[in-house]
Amino acid sequence: MSYRASFVLELSTNVFATVMDVLTVLVLFRVSRTVGGFTLHEALLVVGLSSCAFAAADLVVGNIERIKFYVRTGMLDAVLVRPLGALPQLLLMDLPLRKFSRCVFGTGVLAVAAATAGIDWTPARVSLVVVAPLAGVVFFSAIFVVSAAVAFWWIDTGELGNAFTYGGRDFTSYPITVYSGWFRRLFAYGMGFAFVSYYPALALLGRPDPLGLPDWVGYAAPSAAVVAAAAAAAVWRVGIRHYRSTGS
Amino acid sequence: MTVVIEARGLRKEFTVKVKAGRLRRERRVVAAVDGVDLRVERGEMLGYIGPNGAGKSTTLKMLTGILVPSAGEARVCGLVPVPQRTRLARRIGVVFGQRSQLWWDLPLRDSFDLLRHIFRVPAAEHAARLRRCRGLLDLDGFMDTPVRQLSLGQRMRGELTAALLHGPEVLFLDEPTIGLDVVSKQAVRSFLADLGAGGDVTLVLTTHDLADIERLCRRLVVIDHGRVVHDGSIEALHARYGSRRRVVVDLDEPVGEPPEGAVVEADGRRLVFTVDGAVAPVVASLAGLPALRDLTIVEPDIEEVVTRLYLSPGAP
Repeated sequence: MSYRASFVLELSTNVFATVMDVLTVLVLFRVSRTVGGFTLHEALLVVGLSSCAFAAADLVVGNIERIKFYVRTGMLDAVLVRPLGALPQLLLMDLPLRKFSRCVFGTGVLAVAAATAGIDWTPARVSLVVVAPLAGVVFFSAIFVVSAAVAFWWIDTGELGNAFTYGGRDFTSYPITVYSGWFRRLFAYGMGFAFVSYYPALALLGRPDPLGLPDWVGYAAPSAAVVAAAAAAAVWRVGIRHYRSTGS
Repeated sequence: MTVVIEARGLRKEFTVKVKAGRLRRERRVVAAVDGVDLRVERGEMLGYIGPNGAGKSTTLKMLTGILVPSAGEARVCGLVPVPQRTRLARRIGVVFGQRSQLWWDLPLRDSFDLLRHIFRVPAAEHAARLRRCRGLLDLDGFMDTPVRQLSLGQRMRGELTAALLHGPEVLFLDEPTIGLDVVSKQAVRSFLADLGAGGDVTLVLTTHDLADIERLCRRLVVIDHGRVVHDGSIEALHARYGSRRRVVVDLDEPVGEPPEGAVVEADGRRLVFTVDGAVAPVVASLAGLPALRDLTIVEPDIEEVVTRLYLSPGAP
């Protein structure tokens, strides 16, 4: 809290960015009544799940992006001579309060969407609407960690990592039926993004999957999150052993 | 005596991409550390020196758990550095002269407090160690200044304190006096000498300032191209390279016939003797010289020996 003016500025730009994400979806529905076979309220549920999960993951784990800087300058040395795990230290280096606003906004969208989408509430669906965003947080966190760990191999990764983090958020903001071909297969199933928002939303709405997967897939979000987290942990462990430091 | 650091065949390779032609890049494997063996006992003060790029820092980074060795094994305080990194971190202190361990925006007072929590040091122990460092390193004047506004000398004194607050058994110092002025260098050296005199803390010090070594270390390990080329006392190094004391005599007027064994300089106004063993007989024989103005005994210069060591090709 040493730099107040800059904090206020960043807070407002963050709110603005999140509002824009949702506005994009709303604009889309001005043009057409349905997108990918989904109505506005249904699609809003997908956006809500995605942006709530992404914002929370960004708040908790988003800091990891700094690893690029730490690896390039060799500052990771200082982190490694302290008696704590390297990953928690990097995450706790800074708690970006400005990102908190996005989190609140994302949760708000999810709440409004869940209330207005005409969901037939059963106990399973009530627990799903709580568990799915949490699984999404874990999933996005794993994506953040993997895309940051790439820095251990390629020092200057630039925007490559963002393609998967922010790209993943954008991908999960729409029903996957709007995508097609190999692109959908890779992102939705290969990398598991479909399990963050699309399938949980289908299960909440009680709609069968137009792409033909069975109904229980909607409840697979936690499993997908666990798999992603395990993969991320493995990549991180191998990555940190690849750390080369810098000459000094 | 207990062995606190043990390394056998320690090796670290880096792949370097070298430009070869307009688009092609060749991968080349470079061994920064090439089979280093080292045994250090508790309470030793070890000077670890070598020319730039010899592998000093890389060795230290493998011993502190930052880098994974490509081959060989190391144990520090009985722990394997990389797999047992967090346990080892509690028992060693690390100071990198070129890299700060402190928090850039925080004053030293807060940094030290944060370290107490990170290392889970009991408050009383922490306070006692901090009091001692504040006294010896004269920190009181800048305890509340953010680290980024400290001078290099002040920051280095802060770094030393930060590395010692958890009471480490081994202290690794990578060029702790780099860039410091004479006064700060002296402060750091006498602090380290004081620390080493206790006999509980083992010091491993890399430096390019050989005065650090002469002041602090009895044992000297010299590495070059990733290999140990000398391991022993400073005296042993002098003996091995035949560096001897010299007696320099200045005269009021040129000498006619130079005495035996003397090299004549400065138009016959200066005589230089190179002496094996005791200097006294030489001095006694010179006392009778007419026009004797001044007489100096020059100790062998470690810089000279080390220069010869660095330049000698194919050292063992």
